Amino acid sequence: MEILYAFFIAPFVDMASDHIFFAEVVIVGLLTGVMYSLVALGFVLIFKASGVFNFAQGVMVLFAALTLVGLMEHGAPVWLALIVTVGVMIALAFAVEWIMLRRLVNQEEIVLFMSTIGLSFVLQGLGETVWGSNVKPLDIGIPDESFEVGGILLHEFDLFAAASGAVLVTVLAVFFHFTRIGRALRAVADDHQAALSVGIPLKTIWIIVWSVAGMVGLVAGIMWGAKSGVQFSLSLIALKALPVLILGGFTSVPGAIVGGLIIGVGEKIAEIYWGPLFGGAIENWFAYVLALVFLLFRPQGLFGERIIERV
Amino acid sequence: MLYREAGQLKTSYAADQMIFPILQDRIFVILVVVAAYLVPLIANEYWLQAVLIPFLILALAAIGLNILTGYAGQLSLGTGGFMAVGGYMTYKITTAFPDLNVLIAVLMAGLIAALVGLVFGIPSLRIKGFYLAVATLAAQFFILWLFNKVGWFVNYSPSGTITAPPRTLLGIMVTGPEATAPTRYLVVLTFVALFALVAKNLVRGRIGRSWMAIRDMDIAAEIIGIRPYQTKLLAFAISSFYCGVAGGLYVFCYLGSAETEAFNIFLSFNVLFMIIIGGLGSILGSFLGAAFITMVPIFLTNAPPLIGLSMPIDLQKHIEVMTFGGLIIFFLIVEPHGIARLWQIAKEKLRLWPFPY
Repeated sequence: MEILYAFFIAPFVDMASDHIFFAEVVIVGLLTGVMYSLVALGFVLIFKASGVFNFAQGVMVLFAALTLVGLMEHGAPVWLALIVTVGVMIALAFAVEWIMLRRLVNQEEIVLFMSTIGLSFVLQGLGETVWGSNVKPLDIGIPDESFEVGGILLHEFDLFAAASGAVLVTVLAVFFHFTRIGRALRAVADDHQAALSVGIPLKTIWIIVWSVAGMVGLVAGIMWGAKSGVQFSLSLIALKALPVLILGGFTSVPGAIVGGLIIGVGEKIAEIYWGPLFGGAIENWFAYVLALVFLLFRPQGLFGERIIERV
Repeated sequence: MLYREAGQLKTSYAADQMIFPILQDRIFVILVVVAAYLVPLIANEYWLQAVLIPFLILALAAIGLNILTGYAGQLSLGTGGFMAVGGYMTYKITTAFPDLNVLIAVLMAGLIAALVGLVFGIPSLRIKGFYLAVATLAAQFFILWLFNKVGWFVNYSPSGTITAPPRTLLGIMVTGPEATAPTRYLVVLTFVALFALVAKNLVRGRIGRSWMAIRDMDIAAEIIGIRPYQTKLLAFAISSFYCGVAGGLYVFCYLGSAETEAFNIFLSFNVLFMIIIGGLGSILGSFLGAAFITMVPIFLTNAPPLIGLSMPIDLQKHIEVMTFGGLIIFFLIVEPHGIARLWQIAKEKLRLWPFPY
């Protein structure tokens, strides 16, 4: 009985008794969720357009942040460093298409997946060879004052992160729906062969998509980097983005956002209210188990397309 | 001329169903096995400990993953977790029953790993592909967390490390600090040879064929009377058994002592690389891939000093990572079906040699 009480009742009593703390936990969770969403967004973009499950997205985040910080350390002003980094990410997209994807067209999914893991090693090695592997602080002049709203402590930086996430998603949505390229991207996502047959150049689309994913990675890298410094562990958040993808569905942009928020909040609440029962540090696996349980009931994710197979 | 099956007539069913129907293949395999047993006579401690033992153990894990991913088509990223179950359970069993033969402890740990694999295989009926891969990540992270958090698994050792206790087999020390590298090598070799034989037979029998049917198209397989759920779960169980045994050997015959960090996600990736570079759906490929993935980093570490290049350690480490990744991409581009496929092509060519066709 006591165990049941500790599992099913006590945590809720805790939540109800201290509203403000609970609200803070939720907000911290939401903000972490925004970060996850940003990484997951890059995955979704590439998966939609090319069917490649891009494991290197996490390292792309690290690589972009490293490049930015490295340039700034060499005395480049923020705007210049940003422009150059965007250029580097676009160049990377070209390189990936020319060297890798072009030669792996029509291979099995798993081969493409493994090649992106290979790519993640290359990028990680390259980034650290060029810029060094020590932790670098990233400061691009985002203010970080804290203030209180109704007794809840908020950081300006977190709000900034959330706002830029929102802006990014809006821009992407507009881009996808109202531009020529965006329409082509959606067509490719829908059906490769049909898209090819109406004259959409697949290779160009891939380059564009990888560039966009690189820029999304850059934004994610700036946010994470400014929060916890630019270091190798950044690339591991990619692993956290995977359950987010599952929850949201691999092919859905809103899914990535909602999934990220759910995972972010869920794991914070679980860690704080249920964590002590398990001896703590359940954050490491909670997201995966949540995703696993979720999959049992809805295999295609929250917003994913239902896959219909025919023999 | 040397490699030709002409004239080797099959006059009985037994001859028709042999593993290696061609005489030259049989001779070659026997030679390889004999040579492998004779290696300790010439190899030094470094080669045995740093190259051959990890190669063999990881080949065993690769066979396990190949059964699941290559034959049954279920992508898994939880190999490290299942190997950890093998390692930790072997430790737990052999410390709880010190008189029990350590080999039996390894096998029992394999069985426990198989049970764990069964549990984490349950979602495979509803989900497939990358969704399943992410689901198996849950196994990876949850299992390692469990071994880190619950003191019972490590006999409440404060550091959370498990150390292989000294155990003997036929009066010879096979584990623990006093066991010599050649003995450990021979133990591992025997395990791997036996289990490779079992796996080879499994995959060419009824079970293996039902796995392949599920892999190629599960709905069609269901229609011809293969039960997908049982077949997939069996693949998960057997694969995890192999990984569990490999994990037990990994701790007891290779590392000596281990923390959960030894079984982290990168181990899972490495084993996955092995089967993809070696060849999906090929037992030989598991060995070739394991050889490639274990030898390349060693080669990359030793190559620059050999040709007279010297650079700072961390820079070298980064370049190593980069080259490793580049090689993987390169191999996937030149031969997406793995090294085993190259071997097959070479054999085809040999049969016709010296004629072009």
